[in-house]
Amino acid sequence: MAGHTQQLSKDDLWGGNSSPFGVTYGKMMMWYFLVSDALTFGGLLTAYGVIRHSSSDPWPVGEQVFEALPFLHGSYPLMYVALMTFILIISSVTMVLAVEAGHRKDKTGVIKWLGYTIIGGFFFLGSQAWEWSHFIHGSGGGFQLASPVTVTAELESGEKVEMALPAGSWVHMEAEFGHEYEHAMEGAHDMPAAAHDSHGGHDAHAEAAVTEHHVNMADLKPSKLILNKYTLEHKDGKDLRKLSVTGEDCDKLWAAQAEGTMAFGANLHKNEYAVQQQYSNFFFFVTGFHGFHVFSGVVINIIVWLMAIGGEFERRGHYETIEKIGLYWHFVDLVWVFVFTFFYLV
Amino acid sequence: MERDDLIVNDSYALNATHSEEEGKKIRKKLYNVTILLTVITIIEVFMGVAFKRNGTFAWETIKLGFIVLTAVKAAYIVLVFMHLGDERKNLKYVILLPYALFIMYLIFIGLYEGLAVQEMNNVWR
Repeated sequence: MAGHTQQLSKDDLWGGNSSPFGVTYGKMMMWYFLVSDALTFGGLLTAYGVIRHSSSDPWPVGEQVFEALPFLHGSYPLMYVALMTFILIISSVTMVLAVEAGHRKDKTGVIKWLGYTIIGGFFFLGSQAWEWSHFIHGSGGGFQLASPVTVTAELESGEKVEMALPAGSWVHMEAEFGHEYEHAMEGAHDMPAAAHDSHGGHDAHAEAAVTEHHVNMADLKPSKLILNKYTLEHKDGKDLRKLSVTGEDCDKLWAAQAEGTMAFGANLHKNEYAVQQQYSNFFFFVTGFHGFHVFSGVVINIIVWLMAIGGEFERRGHYETIEKIGLYWHFVDLVWVFVFTFFYLV
Repeated sequence: MERDDLIVNDSYALNATHSEEEGKKIRKKLYNVTILLTVITIIEVFMGVAFKRNGTFAWETIKLGFIVLTAVKAAYIVLVFMHLGDERKNLKYVILLPYALFIMYLIFIGLYEGLAVQEMNNVWR
């Protein structure tokens, strides 16, 4: 904590024999590195903004995509990511307390607060792993329509509403049926290969299995489909989120399925959340790139923590290293503040 | 250890330490900023859950509100946690001004282009 506001005259500052910025070489270079890294993240987030602004199709709403909590069922919009943000802010605070302890040459203080920072970093990384896993697996999957369909859908209040869906609209399945269908699909894809591999392609057992799976696939029909799962629609004072379609209309939607659009969760080729593949690609890249920064931050923190325990900074006579890694750690927090706003809130 | 980038016997010197008193004052400031950042995050999440995204003027205002709150959070992190606010003025502006200029230009040109592309898509596809 510089905290030194003493002002020197211009001659003293720029006349040589002193450091005009009043910081050491190491800290200066850490700031330059952070500025360049901030440009990288600024560029990525701006690119995300460009794609989002240029898209004519509806963009998924963070509050509806990210509404799950570990070990709990039901809808908790944004709660998990709020927790992650809070963890990162608190670990930033413990880091600044470690820096402050360093200024007082308080070795135990540095070790304690830096230790808490490392724990916070691990918690954040674990949370992000869970978040990714949830994003990749999705909840139920969905498909796009090949042709326009008009259906009667039911609002959550029980009110019925007529919906004219253009071709290309997303229709989502319920989690339970979606998972069953996904397994059946995987089975159907795997089986012919297995049959082919066996001797001469006349493996009765494998062929039976293939047929069985085909029968299964045809038999699988949803009893309920969901409209507007990830894109928010509030029109004329009506909440048009998560409309359910059942009965004949459900069959109509199922029959209008566009081939090859069935998607479960998200990967680098497909995603159930949006028409734009860019949506999940940006999510993976930006949160992944940030997560990698957190990971390297934790590794660096651990190294410096061990150095502090070993008394290295006592020998040097100062704890400036804590300040430098502190800058990096705060920067990671700073980036997350922006990722949080642009990927989840706006 | 002899180093030429340091001002010796100056408050900038690496061996300048804070007293227990100064430490208390700094810590108090840090706790206040922590509370502020936490409250802002809670407000943001509340706003995200409560307000309807329906493309109306109200929602556009809320969106702008998110960005303003984010900028406030970022300013506190940079100026207090990274204590850039306590550094010399010349260092502060060497870091902040070029970045702010460049990123504002990038955002403007990016979003402007993005909207233009969307218009073209709407007309031609």
